[in-house]
Amino acid sequence: MLYDIFVDPFVQMAAQPDFLLQVLWEGFVAGILYALIALGFVLIFKASGVFNFAQGIMVVFAALTLVGLHEHGVPAYLALILAIAVMGLLAYTVERVVMRPLVNQPEIILLMATIGMTYFLVGFGEFVFGGEPKSMITEELGLPTGSTAFQIGERGLLILQHIDIAAAVIAIIMVAGLGIFFNKTRIGRALRAVADDHQAALSVGISLNQIWAIVWFAAGIVALATGIMWGARSDVSFALEIIAFKALPVLILGGFTSIPGAIVGGLVIGFGEKIGEIYWGPLVGGGIESWLAYIIALIFLLFRPQGMFGERIIERV
Amino acid sequence: MLYREAGQFKTTYEADQAIFPLRQDRIGIAVIAALAFVVVPLTATDFFLTSIMTPFLIFALAAIGLNVLTGYAGQLSLGTGAFMGVGAYSAYKLTSIFPDANIIVVLLASGFFSAAIGVAFGLPSLRIKGLYLAVTTLAAQFFLEWCFIRIPWLYNYNASGAIEISQREMAGIVVTGPAAAPLTQYFIVLCVTVGLTWFVSNLIRGRIGRQWMMIRDMDIAAELIGVRPLTAKLSAFAVSSYLCGVAGAMMVFFWLGAAEPSAFAISLSFQVLFMTILGGLGSLIGSYMGAAFIWILPVALRVVLPSLGFDVAAETVQHLTSMIVGALIIFFLITEPHGLARLWQLTKEKLKVWPFPYG
Repeated sequence: MLYDIFVDPFVQMAAQPDFLLQVLWEGFVAGILYALIALGFVLIFKASGVFNFAQGIMVVFAALTLVGLHEHGVPAYLALILAIAVMGLLAYTVERVVMRPLVNQPEIILLMATIGMTYFLVGFGEFVFGGEPKSMITEELGLPTGSTAFQIGERGLLILQHIDIAAAVIAIIMVAGLGIFFNKTRIGRALRAVADDHQAALSVGISLNQIWAIVWFAAGIVALATGIMWGARSDVSFALEIIAFKALPVLILGGFTSIPGAIVGGLVIGFGEKIGEIYWGPLVGGGIESWLAYIIALIFLLFRPQGMFGERIIERV
Repeated sequence: MLYREAGQFKTTYEADQAIFPLRQDRIGIAVIAALAFVVVPLTATDFFLTSIMTPFLIFALAAIGLNVLTGYAGQLSLGTGAFMGVGAYSAYKLTSIFPDANIIVVLLASGFFSAAIGVAFGLPSLRIKGLYLAVTTLAAQFFLEWCFIRIPWLYNYNASGAIEISQREMAGIVVTGPAAAPLTQYFIVLCVTVGLTWFVSNLIRGRIGRQWMMIRDMDIAAELIGVRPLTAKLSAFAVSSYLCGVAGAMMVFFWLGAAEPSAFAISLSFQVLFMTILGGLGSLIGSYMGAAFIWILPVALRVVLPSLGFDVAAETVQHLTSMIVGALIIFFLITEPHGLARLWQLTKEKLKVWPFPYG
């Protein structure tokens, strides 16, 4: 038993290094995608203190809008622009209808409101686009679809899907872009000011409402990118909503307020989940992907309650 | 004028500390009890009992369970569905190990298993707070759901992977299984729910309940004046999971009759959380109102929308229901973040002076 847990998985890893590499690559891609979802959460949490449960459904909704428009004969790139516009409209509506009246409410109320939004968007999305899964318009968007096999050692083989490479590249561009946006632009600085202190930001003339609409829009664009990448790997359907739950352990691992945390957390969870599932999963009957990430995050949190990069929580009476 | 406490003098401590110190409240509760115990059984159809009243009471108990944890002890939990599942599965195992045991005893005992699991998953709450804790309770949700699927012992190695409740009798009356009368099941659920509500209401008024509220309001301050967070938080987890477990067991035994692991998925947790929050955090009557609102609204929409002349497909009705429920939740959170219980409170204030503008 102990041998099975502590020794055997490593023996397997050493025996088939090419398979291990393949697993690591899968973990890397999954991690990147988790990080993208977590990024959407972090953007909104940082700026408004709202734990946005609807991020998962925003991913689905954005992808569905894109695919749905294309099905109605809109060219792919125009559909992409229109989908971005729809996310902008959604961001504006959310800010105006949901967030503004709920300002200064306790965080649990805001969390509930976003779950209410999830219900609404699920109903609305299914009402407009129908409930059946659709396939992502990968080729029409000019994304690569093939795969490349690498020879490793004498008999090893590593297969990389091009779409996964594209996902990784796009995620990195996105994170870099957000980094520049936050650090170099006027709006980005205003965003960070709001994240630091709402009242101080207000007092120097930053419009909170405008900032919130912008972060929701940014989160919407991140959601669209995630939706395209994730949709290309499987179908676009409401089942994708559950990936939001995959991103939550990433969040607590990285800290709710940290963009680097979201990325590092995503990678840790991605690697951990795939390796755990492949090498340790069979010991308990498989399917442990659904909770392993949570257990990793939970154990980590016991030692560092604010996550890896979260702001230190100082409590006073 | 309708709801004046003027003139009702308390001459003993017992009278002052009664659960319903006001005469109007006592009359009101007597009327509700008469409705629940006499009028509903006499008039209700089987459809009304099985699709509205029984689930409403079961969800009310689950909402009270979550309210103990979130509303009174301030620990946000998203694992309610799984804890209900633990109750259901342990009740199922208990009935298959002790087939002759009294079903009520089994139900009440199954809650203890749920409570034990709840305490185990409540341990992180000593280190982790707020939303971080909410996410860690999801660990319980997904892990337990996985157990329900992957541990065949829990469902007696059924081919279907679901738990099915066979027919059982209590004092010669069929209480579970397809042959049981909805009325019998309604009575059992009603008695258990009311009994446990009474128990919890006393718990909350007592020493332990006040400790929960101190922890909720500010845990460090509570700790400084001598409340042990360990006992307070874990007892809240235990009581909460106990109630949710009993509710889950009743859900399978007296309402659904059979359940797959997906019956205890995260959506159930959200449903109960909505009931608790819309009803009002930290209010028992609010849990009932929230359960009624969240449970009855979709059922009513499903019945009302087609009858209004909207000739729509069943699927569309479902989508519209989801949209309307979502929108209403947001609407309620905006207009009254303290829930239906707060609205009831305001109504009572108004009733004190009605029909005059000032008291």
